[in-house]
Amino acid sequence: MSKAIEADGLKKSYGDVRALGGLSFSVEQGTVFGLLGPNGAGKSTTVKVLTTLARPDEGRASVAGHDVLREPGEVRRSIGVVAQRSGVDRDLTGRENVKLQGHLQGMRGRELDRRVDELLEQLGLSDAAGRVARTYSGGMQRRLDIAIGLVHRPRVLFLDEPTTGLDPEVRAAMWQEIGRLKDDEGLTILLTTHYMEEADQLASRVAIVDRGRVVAEGSPAELKASLRGEAVHVELDGANVNGNVHAALEGVPGLGEVLVEGRALHARADDGARAVPAVLAALDAHSIPVASVTLARPSLDDVYLRYAGRSFAEADKKEDNE
Amino acid sequence: MTALSDSWALTVRDLLRLWRQPWFIAIVLVQPVIWLLLFGELFQRVVEIPGFEGGDYKQYLVPGVLVMTAFFSSGWNGMSTIEDLERGVTDRLLMTPARRWPLIVGRLGQNAVQVLIQSLVIIGMALAIGVSFEGGVLGVIMLVLAALLLGTAFAALSNALALVARQEESLIGAVTFLQLPLTFLSTAFMQESLIPNWVATVADYNPVNWAIVAGREAVQSGTDWASVAGYCGLLAAFALACTVLATRAFRAYQNSV
Repeated sequence: MSKAIEADGLKKSYGDVRALGGLSFSVEQGTVFGLLGPNGAGKSTTVKVLTTLARPDEGRASVAGHDVLREPGEVRRSIGVVAQRSGVDRDLTGRENVKLQGHLQGMRGRELDRRVDELLEQLGLSDAAGRVARTYSGGMQRRLDIAIGLVHRPRVLFLDEPTTGLDPEVRAAMWQEIGRLKDDEGLTILLTTHYMEEADQLASRVAIVDRGRVVAEGSPAELKASLRGEAVHVELDGANVNGNVHAALEGVPGLGEVLVEGRALHARADDGARAVPAVLAALDAHSIPVASVTLARPSLDDVYLRYAGRSFAEADKKEDNE
Repeated sequence: MTALSDSWALTVRDLLRLWRQPWFIAIVLVQPVIWLLLFGELFQRVVEIPGFEGGDYKQYLVPGVLVMTAFFSSGWNGMSTIEDLERGVTDRLLMTPARRWPLIVGRLGQNAVQVLIQSLVIIGMALAIGVSFEGGVLGVIMLVLAALLLGTAFAALSNALALVARQEESLIGAVTFLQLPLTFLSTAFMQESLIPNWVATVADYNPVNWAIVAGREAVQSGTDWASVAGYCGLLAAFALACTVLATRAFRAYQNSV
């Protein structure tokens, strides 16, 4: 089976800032592929290159069998894009927005009208179709974005952070819609997200992106299974000295991958039930007070921690500040 | 064909957007009337200056105000492009198979419709206050054509600047910086024989003045049609060059994303 998306060694810098540092992955047809990473990891830049908006400095990529640099027109005919920033024209009605996009995709006349009505119906926008998009709620605008992306029946759909900034309820509805698109329409979907649960829920394969490179790839289950044992998270009470904690935990059997970020201590244990008392005893022996301890099966959060060498929340915070 | 049809669809889009801003429409229609009446009153005794040919200043002023109005409103055309850039609409359009030039020409189409309507309002108002167009209907058509070509050129430049600067402040600064000097370095308000030599020399190279001279020649008696056609040809070439430049500016924008 040929690949719906292939990215090979993509590099791109903006001035001194390196956005992509040799990023590669491929996506099977008819699957949902998740690009997971914190803000600034290079996910949006990857989407811009694959959708022909931006040119890579190096590397090559193809979408739906067409090279993004040599056949941009063919790529644009094959793809639908729901960008991170909504592309809705707020001064046009919902119907006018979708119709204009269909026109620019080469659709005309009754075929276009029928498709527009069908999509507005499917996405629950029929009643609002005659209102200017300025009056839409955030969730409605996002659904209009999806209608715009789908009007010409693309083979590959790009969803760049589709649920960022949406209420939890609206997000759940959006997840359902994305699942339906994959099942009913046989679309290949590239989803970028910085929500672990979103990738976990929707994607059959996930690539974890950090600082412009793919650091791990596999199905969510594979990625989690690649971590042995259980994740131990300890919240320390008050100030601590990094070296102290490491020294304290050195002797605890079956404990590894210790990482301290501020007051949060992450580690992995072969056998959690045995490790926790030992960890607490070791910390106590070094007079390091503890506020809480949790033990969990590895989540994609832990996968990120393992491969990127820092916790997801921390990376997200850092990139936001930059 | 597809590209022309895309241009038209985008023109309709911009006209719909305009139609939904009634206050903006009101200002666009009222302002030229104010220019005409205000300047007509303010400078009415200009005709008493020795050497001024013709007896009625309003008669002299109409082509100048009409071209100035086209020039002023067209300069702001790029504001829609900046709004589109900020709202992600430009990115969405660039990811469709549509060619790049209809994205500019569509916008110029909306601008042309706006300039045409403003011109008709001014001509109607001029007739109402007793101005006569000696060059007949053809003369009026050529006057409006000159204004449309000039408007198209500056609307295209405005879009080019919008795509390169990508900031409202920069565009507003550039437009206000150019508007008054280019208007006053012309024969809009004063006959060529009465303005300083250096101004007249600069005016020869000023596209705003090309449109004013052509338009005024077209609506007066004893029109030199060859001169009108010559200036309109120059304006058309200028408008085409600006449109090509604006289309190229998409490349500059895409290199930045």
